[in-house]
Amino acid sequence: MTIYYNFAYLDEGTKKKIRRTLLKAVAIPGHQIPFASREMPLPYGWGTGGIQVTAAVIGPEDILKVIDQGSDDTTNAVSIRSFFRSATGVRTTTLTREATLIQTRHRIPETPLHAGQILVYQVPMPEPLFKLEPRVSETIALHAMADYSLMYLKLYDQITRYGRIAIGYEYPVIVHDRYLTSPSPIPAYDVPKMHMSPALQLFGAGREKRLYAIPPYTRVIPLDFTDYPFDPVNTRQPCALCGAVESYKDEIVIDDAGNRQFICSDTDFCGQRR
Amino acid sequence: MNYSPAPILIARDLTLSFGALCALESVSLEIHPGEVLAIVGESGSGKTTLLNALYGALAPDAGEVRFGENGELDRCVQALPRQQLRHLHRSAWGYVHQNPRDALRMEITAGGNIVERLMAAGERHYGTLREKALFWLQKVEIDPKRIDDLPGTFSGGMQQRLQIARTLISHPYLLFMDEPTSGLDVSVQAGFLDLLRNLVSEQRMAVILVTHDLAVARLLAGRVAVMQRGRIIETGVTDQVLDDPQHPYTQLLVSSVLPA
Repeated sequence: MTIYYNFAYLDEGTKKKIRRTLLKAVAIPGHQIPFASREMPLPYGWGTGGIQVTAAVIGPEDILKVIDQGSDDTTNAVSIRSFFRSATGVRTTTLTREATLIQTRHRIPETPLHAGQILVYQVPMPEPLFKLEPRVSETIALHAMADYSLMYLKLYDQITRYGRIAIGYEYPVIVHDRYLTSPSPIPAYDVPKMHMSPALQLFGAGREKRLYAIPPYTRVIPLDFTDYPFDPVNTRQPCALCGAVESYKDEIVIDDAGNRQFICSDTDFCGQRR
Repeated sequence: MNYSPAPILIARDLTLSFGALCALESVSLEIHPGEVLAIVGESGSGKTTLLNALYGALAPDAGEVRFGENGELDRCVQALPRQQLRHLHRSAWGYVHQNPRDALRMEITAGGNIVERLMAAGERHYGTLREKALFWLQKVEIDPKRIDDLPGTFSGGMQQRLQIARTLISHPYLLFMDEPTSGLDVSVQAGFLDLLRNLVSEQRMAVILVTHDLAVARLLAGRVAVMQRGRIIETGVTDQVLDDPQHPYTQLLVSSVLPA
């Protein structure tokens, strides 16, 4: 028996509802919009939010790229890519410049995005204040009042304890000079790529049932202090495979003796250079 | 005593019930700039409820609280949008809790606790924040070396002084205090009251102080309002009320104080 699914797995009514929510999210950059997250054929935390967003916006003409920590060939990326191939029949790719739709977990591609592309982020925790204020009702009020002193308190404490703002990933940003927004757990190193990006950036949090968006050419400013400016870390070691210095690296243990190599986390970028 | 300037806060006919229990019954009062008003009475008389209604944390069933800084009572606590009320609470007004742990962020260092209001007001220079934190630690007589310690490592008296520093750093013109000394032992209380008296006169703040301790009222307050079962039954200059109480309940309250 063959089972036929609707194009992109979700039914049209659900996709329409998600697209309406995305329109609202685009209209209020960085503001989290609740949505009726559906059960998806994979566990929470594996990208259920990102998959729903991708399913809602993908069309037959799209060319899809899926990355997980920058890589096109890890389990999560491979299985989501093959899921959409079978559920839509669209062409998939690993080339950043060729893709019209990129679903990502925890990285922004090194190759600069261009106008017309859509970047879909998988978001585990959409609320940037969540570890600082446990009451959702209170975080909603804080957003409404644009009161983000709690996050500055965290930055103050980091400088006090570590001598610098030691937030390596999920670095808090202000979108469009208004909403404090979580960039999802991308490295702080990637945050400047969000600022004035020509691509549309969509964020889906399946378990937390929230969507948000950053429209193209929108200001995305990391929080910092004037005397402790935003200063993301990256290794100065070149990539052991392609020699790139500026790209973001993974540190990989290569044998039982504990030897390590730094390798570009973006496999497409690294492959293009070799 | 003559408080010549116009009042900065007036409450008119505040009434508030919790179900069948009438916690406030037609309470009216005024606060003038720079004065300390003590609200005294036994447990359950409605002191803290009144304080919270004045502060805007509890909505009364009837009556209103008006306030303003320049002699014009042009704003009403009950009608204020939530955002403005919060802004007021974090800058021009302050609230000191009985238990400092209700106000302090226990997972944030002492310095961070002190400067939170400055960051809320938009200060974005770490060096300046550190300087202000050190300044206020000294002002409330805490060793500046403790700036990076967590409040949980502080004694009760130090935590209470930390709460004072954290509140006064924004130079509020009106301070609400709910039994600020009740959690402290007697020897610590004396030092704390002394500090409080100096800060209040130095900062030219008005204070509404809730206490069941008449000695605290006598030491700090210029005026006293005595509450019983949700009503203010007697009000006047502190020494006058405490030395020559008119209302039978005040007489009972004064006479029941243990001689030192």
